[in-house]
Amino acid sequence: MKLSVSAGLLCLALMLCGCTRKQPSSSVPKPTATGVALVEVSGGKQSGSVGTSLAQPVVVQVNDEQGNGVTGALVSFRGPREVSFDPPAGLTDSSGQFTTNVSIGGMAGRDQLIASTPAKSGKTVDLKIEEIVLGYQEVVGRELSEQYCARCHNSESSAERVSNFDNLEIKPHGFTEGDTLNKMTDADLTAIISHGGPALNKSALMPPYGYTLSKSDIQALIAYIRMVSDPPYHAPGMLYAQQ
Amino acid sequence: MQSSNNHRSLWQRLFGDPIRAFGTLGVIILVSLAIAPAKNHFSEWRHYQNAYLSMIRGRGEAVTLQRHFEGGIQQIWHPELGVVDRCTTCHVGLKETSLTDVSLQPFRTHPVIPHKLDQFGCVMCHRGQGVATTVEEAHSSTLAWEQPLLPARYLESSCGQCHRQPLVGTPQLNQGRELLARSGCVHCHTVKLPEGGTMKGTDDPPPLLHIADKTTREWIFAWLKDPQAYAVSARMPNFKLSDADARDISAFLIANSTSASGDALSLPASVQKAADPTAGASLYGESFCATCHAVQNAAGNLVGGNIGPELTRIGSKAKPEWLAAWITNPRIYDPPTEMPHYRFSEQQVATLAGYLQAKTDSDFLANVHLEPATPEQIAHGKLLVTEYGCASCHEIGGIQKPENFAPELTRIGSKPISQLIFVAGMPHTLSDYIAGKLRQPRAFAPGLKMPQYSFTPAQVDALTTALLALNERSQTLPSALSVAAPPESHYRPAGKAGQLIGDLACLSCHRINGRGSDLAPDLTWEGSSVQRKWLEDFLRNPNTLRPALIRRMPKFNLKPDEITTLSDYMMTVYETPAFDRDSMPVSGYAPAEIEHGRQLFYSKYACQSCHIVDAKADKGYIGPTLTEVGSRLNAAWIYNWLKNPQSLRPGTIEPNRNMGDEDSHALTAFLMSQKGSAKQGAKK
Repeated sequence: MKLSVSAGLLCLALMLCGCTRKQPSSSVPKPTATGVALVEVSGGKQSGSVGTSLAQPVVVQVNDEQGNGVTGALVSFRGPREVSFDPPAGLTDSSGQFTTNVSIGGMAGRDQLIASTPAKSGKTVDLKIEEIVLGYQEVVGRELSEQYCARCHNSESSAERVSNFDNLEIKPHGFTEGDTLNKMTDADLTAIISHGGPALNKSALMPPYGYTLSKSDIQALIAYIRMVSDPPYHAPGMLYAQQ
Repeated sequence: MQSSNNHRSLWQRLFGDPIRAFGTLGVIILVSLAIAPAKNHFSEWRHYQNAYLSMIRGRGEAVTLQRHFEGGIQQIWHPELGVVDRCTTCHVGLKETSLTDVSLQPFRTHPVIPHKLDQFGCVMCHRGQGVATTVEEAHSSTLAWEQPLLPARYLESSCGQCHRQPLVGTPQLNQGRELLARSGCVHCHTVKLPEGGTMKGTDDPPPLLHIADKTTREWIFAWLKDPQAYAVSARMPNFKLSDADARDISAFLIANSTSASGDALSLPASVQKAADPTAGASLYGESFCATCHAVQNAAGNLVGGNIGPELTRIGSKAKPEWLAAWITNPRIYDPPTEMPHYRFSEQQVATLAGYLQAKTDSDFLANVHLEPATPEQIAHGKLLVTEYGCASCHEIGGIQKPENFAPELTRIGSKPISQLIFVAGMPHTLSDYIAGKLRQPRAFAPGLKMPQYSFTPAQVDALTTALLALNERSQTLPSALSVAAPPESHYRPAGKAGQLIGDLACLSCHRINGRGSDLAPDLTWEGSSVQRKWLEDFLRNPNTLRPALIRRMPKFNLKPDEITTLSDYMMTVYETPAFDRDSMPVSGYAPAEIEHGRQLFYSKYACQSCHIVDAKADKGYIGPTLTEVGSRLNAAWIYNWLKNPQSLRPGTIEPNRNMGDEDSHALTAFLMSQKGSAKQGAKK
């Protein structure tokens, strides 16, 4: 009995934890160079709904000792189950960069991607890149945030959505500002969204949305804010679960 | 010989005499009796349940979790939906909200969704085999069961089985449905809707009746060969025609075209001479052509809207006389066009036409040299036009719109895999098949007619999502579960004003009574909202209310009697039954109340975060500027708007402040006191 349980657990562990995907590497040409370091150029900390392709590709760069890009070095990507890369491996271009399109996983949360390149010393240099996977509730939150919040809370301006951020004397917090927002409890966030800034002695320019958004809308907004937070948000009382 | 000896001896050893036979049979029966319990004992699901139990043992809330746990095969059963799901046998922690931190499957908590988990079961959304109790059979497709789990990227399609209206939480499905209607798919493929009727295309492919007035045979040839070479944003897909086929189709279309009267306009030479190119650019800007039309800039990016065709190389396409006639009045060439009939002066037409005519690309037609068409080529062209179903989208003289030209897609989302032909090396799933068809339709077999679209990967995903939602279940749902899309509005404004509204294509930007676009404010209750004098001034010379917007109402150069007709109609017909427009005065509010309103505006409600009343001090650029609101809106509208903005314009982002009568009244008094100055009318 015990044996079968532990065998089952082992199976489980094998199936579900060590689930790195084997990437076909047959089509990748032979590397002509190696570097000593691997750095992220762009494409990290994007968010998308479960299973979708990220809007921007992930770009990494292989550098030599002087920090200059190395051309022709091999870079390969791996990630949790269901994450796929197009292409999964290849050689760096003339500026030392390698670009891949990423389809994120099917579980809401954070996907840790690992880019690696063989270093001169014979060891492999790894680079961790994090992408954010939004579940249903977070997608609802994102859509509501785009509609109601982003005009003030996002300083980026576009022709379709002009940002009011620069016009406000007391600057609203961007939703990725984990250092500030992680300190606020769910109850705090609910209060400030429902009753406006004055509910927490904050700027009165933040209007109340309690009569505009439903309770589940507000929960979805909070779920979204928690999900995109940087550094990541950890709900209180969840620490023992790490074991 | 030796082996048969052995065989015989084994037989004799086991069944040689009655006692041996009895003993052997007994052992065989015992072993076979043990097979079923052993199979049960070593079944996959039991391992998972045991693993779950040992996992929760180490947690703080073990007792609660233990109490919720039920061993054995679990099942969600909804006979009316055909749902028999045993997924919860292994996915034990789905409802345990305290397990959100567990990332080990199959024990994760189900993410929050708007339905209860056992309301519809699992396969309704995730597909797969609900009755299976092994990982392989439940998740993958096997010989007997061919329904694998739906990949997460297409999950929103499941919402679309019941919900046919756009939902906040399904942006990908919404986009896919919009693309399905906009990309011309439904012109060839029929999609029947469960509530009756078929899906209608929202694109507006141009009629080709008078095509020879508009452009040259050379342009048609180059366009047919590669529409995206002419305009990157072109909606017409690439039919991958050979040179000879494109030559013959262009020959037929030109020979088949009839001339429309008034379709070509020779402007007086004096007017043409006076046109200067810099004036063209500013007239293009002032007329807000970019709201609908895009032009590629030097960096290769498209700048402008996607309602009308891209104009980057319009000079290589349009004949000058046609362009002048089109700008003068587009409704002569294409009566139902979405393009407004600007009332341009001859001089303006010449300026704008000259500016657009200069947008040429010498490379585009450089290598196109066509001999005069022969009757055989024209006849062959006609044949090709019929074969490729061109008339499914375009109106072509003498050719009927074909019925059921391409396979119906009403149930494409549950097409059996056994009926599909896959490309070698492609995963054998329905979603891969659909996505593959959208990417490269001609790769599936030689001689297929479906053209090559240039969808982005995200668009392919969105379309696949929308197509997967068109399945057997969506057609056969109990009517109580089916959430129909809001009925299509066939609203058409009547009379003389209705004709004007059609001529100016107001519904290309505004929505009225559920029909039209959402580019500009909904005008359904405009008559209750604004004051007549303001409306007339605005129609005469539209001034923006939102300084930060780049898309604005263009000036149509309306004549005074047209302005009167439109204003009369809007003030009387577009009135809400919710309140009487004239129930509150335009002015004469007590100074004390106005002052009270001002305080409410700036302190209690902090309206200045989005609106501007004092042009010098306030910086709110989100809502409309309110410096002249007292001369623009009716007091009763403001009062009722403040109490509940969404009741007057559903979906407006102005938050509902649940304002009481007294505050609304005071704020109305303050806002009505903002009459602006005469000078501001001239400001841009």
